[in-house]
Amino acid sequence: MRQTIGVKIWRWSIISVVAFYLVVPLYAMFDFSTKPFGFADSGRTFRAWALIGTQENLIEAVTRSLITAAIVMALILFLVVPTAIWVQLKLPLLRRPFELLCLLPLAIPAIVIVVGIAPLYRWISINLSESPITLAGVYSMLILPYTYRSLSAALDAVDIHTLAEAATTLGAGISRVIFGIIMPTIKTGIINGSFIAIALVLGEFTISNILNFKTFQVVIAQIGRTNGHVAVAVSLASLLFVVVLLLLIPTKKRQGAVLDVDLT
Amino acid sequence: MTQLQYKRTGSASGRTGSRYWRSKSAYLGALPFLLFSGIFLLYPTWNVISGAFEDNYGVASTAELKKVFNSPIARGAFGNSLELSIKTAIIGAILGGLFAWAIATGKQGGAFYKIAVALSSVLAQFGGVMLVFAFLATFGFNGLVLTFATQFLPTTFLADASWLYSMNGLAVLYTFFQIPLMVLVFLPTLENLQPQWREASDALGGKYYEYWLRVGIPILTPSFAGAALLLFVNSFSAYATASILINLADFLTPLQIATALTSETGGSNPAEAKVLSFYMVIIVVIAMGLYALLRRNVSKWEQRR
Repeated sequence: MRQTIGVKIWRWSIISVVAFYLVVPLYAMFDFSTKPFGFADSGRTFRAWALIGTQENLIEAVTRSLITAAIVMALILFLVVPTAIWVQLKLPLLRRPFELLCLLPLAIPAIVIVVGIAPLYRWISINLSESPITLAGVYSMLILPYTYRSLSAALDAVDIHTLAEAATTLGAGISRVIFGIIMPTIKTGIINGSFIAIALVLGEFTISNILNFKTFQVVIAQIGRTNGHVAVAVSLASLLFVVVLLLLIPTKKRQGAVLDVDLT
Repeated sequence: MTQLQYKRTGSASGRTGSRYWRSKSAYLGALPFLLFSGIFLLYPTWNVISGAFEDNYGVASTAELKKVFNSPIARGAFGNSLELSIKTAIIGAILGGLFAWAIATGKQGGAFYKIAVALSSVLAQFGGVMLVFAFLATFGFNGLVLTFATQFLPTTFLADASWLYSMNGLAVLYTFFQIPLMVLVFLPTLENLQPQWREASDALGGKYYEYWLRVGIPILTPSFAGAALLLFVNSFSAYATASILINLADFLTPLQIATALTSETGGSNPAEAKVLSFYMVIIVVIAMGLYALLRRNVSKWEQRR
């Protein structure tokens, strides 16, 4: 499309204003994390970056968050995805209720879910054990709208009824149909959903902070109270990690699929 | 997904499905998920909603609802929350919308397009701890802009970090994740604008601004309003950013809820937390309901490529 000079000026002034606003804080993080602090430093230093490795809480917290993310992914793979396929295949009557249930978390802010789950969480911590499983359970529900969105887009693109009937005719059992036939064909949707799950779990603060569970974000906040430089370095590092993670997602339409949530 | 697709897949399964596919025992397959979501989603929701109509001893009463409704502290926090969310939703929607337009008018699939979209999808999730640190590193003590300002602009507000810890400071922080979110939500809409409309307008002698004034803006208004509602909900529910930057219990409703729930001084009051949550849910449900209504009209033209 041909662009007039006026349009070009508008376009570039908008881009530069917004990009300035978005990029300056990111650059400031880098600047701040390489500033000298404590004693005997001048000019630029990467001491804060080097100190990341020595934060014991942090390594524990990252492990804990990654374990939680792994449980969330397992829940998605072995509970949410099979149920979505099952409902699509065999329970046409449940399709609308299932969709509504999956979109419900959009209307319930995280802070409200905490209020609701707190008594149960306390009960489980006292009577059973304090494991990441409870937290993973809550997380898997929180991200349900996003998972559902990428799954339903993938499921709509494939005629799973024909696939399922063909497989059944050839003697496949129902678990073979779901895990061996249908899930591989909607692989992209599942991968997208899982990446979003990891990104959200690693970035979650509200629930874990209030339930007093020392996840990645909670520990970064703690470090920030003692050493701002290290905290800023960790934040920037994890941000870069997420950028890499998101760039690894294969499909082009991921943004639309994730956020174009349709409630009607 | 449109209604049409639903009916199509539905009837396909109805036509080809034998009795075998429709047996009652099939409902057992949905049971594990139902149980799980019952524990981690439906139970908490029910707990909050029913709890709002009970006192701290589980006796049915609307006393707490009324008490919170009439409490000046709760009203102040609620007002602040609404003000902040409306402000940042509008600013974020306008700036993000313009930025999305700037992205959409560029070459699709070009380097700028790719970088802008990838950056947006990361920064839209960038709330909370890391966002606060980024802004402290910018405007806080020893930060990039503050150091610059104390040297060259010592009389402006930038030379003093205290503005960051106020309503305006929070609004600046929230806008940081609102703009990218707006880009993600609004870009697909802009890309679905039919080039034919523009060509028709050109052929009839319309100028660029006339196209936008008479065609572009009217047709985009529902999507824009819907996106702004999503942004509103996004910042209305946000807790992490504010709790780290401003740890004032009565400043925003989410902070007040957290305090009512976990107060370390022994003043923990779950009933109050539930009532506050209930009021929050009402606002979010209204906003999402409006969003759904708007989307219904939008999807007629937008999802037909």
